[in-house]
Amino acid sequence: MDFPILTLMIFIPFLGMILILLLKREQESAARFLAALFSFIPLVLSFILLARYDGSTSGLQFVEKYEWIPSLGITYFLGADGLSVPMLFLTALLCFVSVIYSFGDIKERVRQYFAFLLLLEVGMMGVFAALDFFLFYIFWEIVLVPMYFLIGIWGHGRKEYSAIKFFLYTLFGSLFMLVGILALYFTVEPHTLNMMVLIEKAPELARGFQLLAFVAFYIAFAVKVPIFPFHTWLPDAHVDAPTAVSVILAGILLKMGTYGFLRISYPMFPEGAIYFALPIGILALINIVYGALVCMAQKDLKKMIAYSSVSHMGYCMLGMAAITVTGISGCVFQMVSHGLITGALFLLVGVLYERAHTREISAFGGLWIKVPVYSGIMMLFCLGSLGLPGLSGFVSEFMVFVGAFPVFNVIVPLAVIGVVLTAAYFLRMIQAMFLGTFNTKWEGLTEISGREIFTVIPLAILMVGIGVYPSPLTNMIKATIENIVHLVTG
Amino acid sequence: MTYQLLLPQIFLFLWAILIFIIDFVRKEKKHNLAYVALLGIVITTVLVLTSQKGELFGGMFQADSFSAYFNLIFLLTGFLTIASSVEFTQRLPSNKGEYFGLILLSMVGMMFLASAGDLLTLYVSLELTTIPLFVLASYRKDEFKSTEAGLKYLILGGISSALLLFGISLIYGLTGTTFLTEVRTTLIVRFLSTGNVGPALVLGFIFMIAGFGFKLALVPFHMWVPDVYEGAPTPITAFLSVASKATGIAAFLRVFFHAFLIFQVDWVMLMAVLAALAMIIGNIIALLQTNIKRMLAYSSIAQIGYILLGVVAASSRGVSSVAFYTFVYLFANMGAFITAIAFSHKTGSDEIKDYAGLSRRSPALAAMMAVFMLSLVGIPPLAGFMGKYYLFSAAIEQRYIWLVVIAILTSVISLYYYLNVVRQMYFQTSTEESPILMGAALKTALLICVIGVLLLGIYPNIFLNFANQAAMVFHY
Repeated sequence: MDFPILTLMIFIPFLGMILILLLKREQESAARFLAALFSFIPLVLSFILLARYDGSTSGLQFVEKYEWIPSLGITYFLGADGLSVPMLFLTALLCFVSVIYSFGDIKERVRQYFAFLLLLEVGMMGVFAALDFFLFYIFWEIVLVPMYFLIGIWGHGRKEYSAIKFFLYTLFGSLFMLVGILALYFTVEPHTLNMMVLIEKAPELARGFQLLAFVAFYIAFAVKVPIFPFHTWLPDAHVDAPTAVSVILAGILLKMGTYGFLRISYPMFPEGAIYFALPIGILALINIVYGALVCMAQKDLKKMIAYSSVSHMGYCMLGMAAITVTGISGCVFQMVSHGLITGALFLLVGVLYERAHTREISAFGGLWIKVPVYSGIMMLFCLGSLGLPGLSGFVSEFMVFVGAFPVFNVIVPLAVIGVVLTAAYFLRMIQAMFLGTFNTKWEGLTEISGREIFTVIPLAILMVGIGVYPSPLTNMIKATIENIVHLVTG
Repeated sequence: MTYQLLLPQIFLFLWAILIFIIDFVRKEKKHNLAYVALLGIVITTVLVLTSQKGELFGGMFQADSFSAYFNLIFLLTGFLTIASSVEFTQRLPSNKGEYFGLILLSMVGMMFLASAGDLLTLYVSLELTTIPLFVLASYRKDEFKSTEAGLKYLILGGISSALLLFGISLIYGLTGTTFLTEVRTTLIVRFLSTGNVGPALVLGFIFMIAGFGFKLALVPFHMWVPDVYEGAPTPITAFLSVASKATGIAAFLRVFFHAFLIFQVDWVMLMAVLAALAMIIGNIIALLQTNIKRMLAYSSIAQIGYILLGVVAASSRGVSSVAFYTFVYLFANMGAFITAIAFSHKTGSDEIKDYAGLSRRSPALAAMMAVFMLSLVGIPPLAGFMGKYYLFSAAIEQRYIWLVVIAILTSVISLYYYLNVVRQMYFQTSTEESPILMGAALKTALLICVIGVLLLGIYPNIFLNFANQAAMVFHY
């Protein structure tokens, strides 16, 4: 396979960024057009990736490997398997959707905004494709920089505080990963940064080392997911970020954490994964229930959805902690599903906020009468998020519970409480905002525009699609996940 | 003729004298001598790159890959300093030419020092390095702070020289020689015959470390740094913060890695503690600064702490990473100072809060400053990350995990104050709209720094190979 599809997916947005920066300050529509074009090409490529991917094997596909810094053993090594292909697709899709959505609500410093957004895409694509530790770490960190600017410049509220808090938290976490990477590099003979070789060598690592390394990487990934008690950056960043950036934060950035666990921590330090299974399971439960309880208390719609991410990522962690094929499949399924649903929810919150300039749940009422299309779409995604059968959220939660129950037969029943709470806060929100008597204050509210519908439609189709017929996705990830489970449990 | 080995140093020395003479005889002081000085540096660089390896005067003078590497650092720093001084010197009422001559003289001292194979060569070249700097630090004679800076630097420089000399005298007393190679063999023979080397050697180490500590601005020998950095003319501050530190590093490596590496148990732990102190104190105090020069002063104290990680590793990877990071530090730090120079020429201010809205006024300048700041934090794919990665890897290879953990925690702290500059430039707005205009020399200097920061971060192979060769000079 000579066509460097992964490299193109990573660096085409970079090319777009450069072109946008070469524009003049006034050429705002040119910047929008270039951003759309250069985020659309990776989306097209990601369809090719999906079409060409062979889900029957757990081996790497689309591999690209070149020498880079030989004196330090660093290579440019890309490849995709059943874990990365869905994430690459999700990244391409949400980035494109975010760019299109941003046409409407970004009116200042347009050129810079889209340049940063494309740089963000470069980093995220790279994380999901890199298989050399050094390269992986570079992409992992590149993501932080545009995110910092996007929140700090175009955000709302305490944006500067949220931006630096996000940066400090995640840098703190990732530097522990750096120490872990270096320790691993010097422990394995011959020294290597090749993740695939390191996974092969995992059984040679001493148990004590595996436990310590697992903890170091855990800190890095737990901040990203985020797992309680590292989650406090999330509500700040999500709420204060501009809409499109919240979409990417919730839709993709959080998945970098769970992806890291599955790509690195579990296969490389199986002893750690087994030893810490119970604590991780308990923390996942805390995420689920605590996140849901906090959602119940929110008055701000965006904050509620932000905290719902904490709760939903808990399901991911629960499925993962069980180390069963079904559990981890549920985890990956939830990564995709949560990306689609929460991404769409943030978009829809943005749509409302742009018109009403408030996100206070109690300020609305009976919106169904005034904006039926908007209300209908919003409710569809809320139902998806609370796990209505037939939509993707249900499939993933179901798989997580089924997969985790044999291992955690106390935690799982408790986690089901989270599902009930989720239903409660979403239904309460739907009731308060869309049902009941119409609050005449919103007489002038306009319906969702065509462009905005265009951004959520693909997400809705996919949510319903994999909700009703999940096997294309499960088949794609199956072989890879079986391999991971095999590596961990032997 | 083996004296060819001295050609770069001799040439640069004569060029400095030439500048003094031109400045003295010419009547019209219209033309800026900066370009003459730059030409001299370029020629010297060619001479260094084409020079041979060897030793002179029975080993007092070593021309090897280590000296060549550090000579390039000194020359590049000098080049950038002079290029960014063009506008500063135009505003001076008098002594415009001597300024450049003094910088070149200081560089001659540095270049001799990088080749020192003898404690006295080392000491004399260190003096040649610092004495012109005393004058340069107080060059704005009409300003109280500049004069204060010069005087402080003079007094503390004198004390540090005295400490160093006392350390050297202890070593001489123990071994009867000042040649580093002979010091090494004599100490080994003595150690093998008596089983220990005695407390006098450790005392010698401590005094020498204190002496170098002043040059390197290690905590607790750092008190002079903020005042001197703030008071000195900014180009000189930049020169002090990079070239002067690189000199200290070269001197320390020459002495301790050439002569005392076998006795590393006696000094490595001390260096590890000093590294930790530098990282902690430097970064925490930097948080409180509101003046960009003082902020960069404390940041440079912290950066030395990171560099010491490689020293503590006491391995070939360690020395190579120290050498590499010195280049990394050069580009990012010079870049930051040059931005500050350009900014204060226009606005007359060194306050960080006045950087507000710079991204609107001068997008390119702000973007470059952001790159320098992020590189100093160590965010990939910039040079600072590559350098820190290499240093950390050297320390972890020798199992200094605790030191690396301190390094990463303090790196997170450093993020806050470096990004504070970025925050001002990008998130804050100002009523001032006029762009920051720069002369051609300043622009060139800035561009060199940005290219360096990107190149060393993305494709550092050439520099890594040079650094590896430089590290091979010592026997581990």
